[in-house]
Amino acid sequence: MAISEEQVRHVAMLARLSLTEEEVVSFGRDLNSILVHIDTIQRLDLQGVEPTAHPLDAVNVTRPDVVSPGLSRADALRNAPDSDGRAFAIPRIMGIEGGDE
Amino acid sequence: MSTEWLVNARAAEVRMRFVTGDVSAREIAESSLARIEATDEGIGAFNQVTAELALASADRIDETRTAAVREGLDPAQALPPLAGVPVALKDNMNLIGTRTTCSSRILADYESVHDSTAARRLLDAGGILMGKCNMDEFAFGSSTENSAFRPTCNPWDLERVPGGSSGGSAACVSAGQVVVSLGSDTGGSVRQPGALTGTVAVKPTYGRVSRYGVVAFGSSLDQVGMFGRSVEDTALTLQAIAGHDPADATSVDLPVGDYVAAARCGAEQGIAGLRVGLVTDLLEAEGAAPEVISAVRAAADVFAKLGAEVGEVELPSTAHGLSAYYIIGPAEASSNLARFDGIRYGHRAAGAADVLELYTRSRSEGFGSEVIRRIMLGTYALSAGYYDAYYGKAQRARTLIKQDFAAAFERFDIILTPTSPTVAFRIGERIEDLMAMYLTDIYTIPVNLAGLPAMSVPAGLCPSSGMPIGVQLIASHFAEEQMFRAAAAYETAIGFDTSPPTR
Repeated sequence: MAISEEQVRHVAMLARLSLTEEEVVSFGRDLNSILVHIDTIQRLDLQGVEPTAHPLDAVNVTRPDVVSPGLSRADALRNAPDSDGRAFAIPRIMGIEGGDE
Repeated sequence: MSTEWLVNARAAEVRMRFVTGDVSAREIAESSLARIEATDEGIGAFNQVTAELALASADRIDETRTAAVREGLDPAQALPPLAGVPVALKDNMNLIGTRTTCSSRILADYESVHDSTAARRLLDAGGILMGKCNMDEFAFGSSTENSAFRPTCNPWDLERVPGGSSGGSAACVSAGQVVVSLGSDTGGSVRQPGALTGTVAVKPTYGRVSRYGVVAFGSSLDQVGMFGRSVEDTALTLQAIAGHDPADATSVDLPVGDYVAAARCGAEQGIAGLRVGLVTDLLEAEGAAPEVISAVRAAADVFAKLGAEVGEVELPSTAHGLSAYYIIGPAEASSNLARFDGIRYGHRAAGAADVLELYTRSRSEGFGSEVIRRIMLGTYALSAGYYDAYYGKAQRARTLIKQDFAAAFERFDIILTPTSPTVAFRIGERIEDLMAMYLTDIYTIPVNLAGLPAMSVPAGLCPSSGMPIGVQLIASHFAEEQMFRAAAAYETAIGFDTSPPTR
């Protein structure tokens, strides 16, 4: 299953990556060279084989619903690229195209 | 003071010299720092040397010893099992007071705000943290060349790679900068660098060690592992960090074995009656060097001479391990790495007009090309229309691989394979050839898919290159004691000298 340049752009969008046109070509080439090898898996007879999501038999784990200390605000903001001291600061997410100011 | 004794010392010896008062923890820390200072420009094992933390904790350990003596206690009894032993952490393990960069631009300035449980337990056991070790960016790679900062060099030959992704953790132990270190192993990232640097390298059973505070790569595959210059040192290290942790729901609540006793038992009493299966089909995999194949056959002979019942075993489904891994690993990674978005921590692109542009530019500027490649591969394998063809098939292939191992462990206690198909390659040699790099982990990947414990033990030197070769011992789930027993018996029988000649 070869991947086209258009698919490379689509996957990059899904993964929130911005690629230059040269990168679309080079990552497309890399992905295809990997997929050629990976595609050997298509030859396996997997009829009736159950999927394994986890190597051990995973069981649901719960804990008592009691309040315990979490990360302090200062620690949560310690590595913030931008903050006002109380919250993370980000560019506007509303009205980008509408110009509602 | 001379640092020479520390370069080859085992953990138990360092601790004994410390508890008996022969040397202080501060002197040990200073010796380790001097060794790092003298050698790390060439090797590049460390992203950060935590000299202040090391000296402060050494002083605390010295005070603990003084207090024990003052109270009339025997320091050998009163002090923890790694008291005074210099240790290092892979740079994807959080510890307050250090940066945790994953050798990535996106986390280059990230300061830990919590402690990984494994690191905390290692230090609570008396380890002195010397620093954080270089790695392939986010653990994507097998050579440590994918570090955003610099490649790490193999102490046996500075022109060769130390393996990866935990290459810095392997190199610092091999070079005698520290005594033991921690790494993480998703597809071979502890065992493969162990083989390439002539160190003992352990990946415990999935769930044996808490992963809380370790930056996630493949959540159904990742496990914390350890490096040492002897089997017993790795057993001591696992002993210190293993066990259930309420903060990691995938850590298993089963009793921790006596790994140190198992290693000593193997070294002293041998392994008569142990059933060892030499893998025959996977042995001659694509790209396997003849020297490596003959080293593994020779190891099987050593086990037979030690009284083990050696037989042959085939694991036919593991031929699809690489394919399954390069779907499942990137799929899980693409999900785990979604958190790096430039909002709460990490690199943020300047001047983005809106949030979408901030995400895409921050990620593209912050991630190196192998990281982008894996995220793209994983996103593709999970995307609409391809999920069943890739992710669904890989999960089913994983079932077959698990079944192969389960059948093999009905006949054998230990399965023997090479750790890596070749010795350490030259820096730059495989960086342009993705598949050659990926094939480096062909023997180690099936073990992660099945969640089994395995370790690499030095088997000798390659006659043509003079570089170390490792053999891999795989045990069944939670059978680490059996594995350490076999490894220690083998280590004692062959008497490999872990010191690189360039020392």
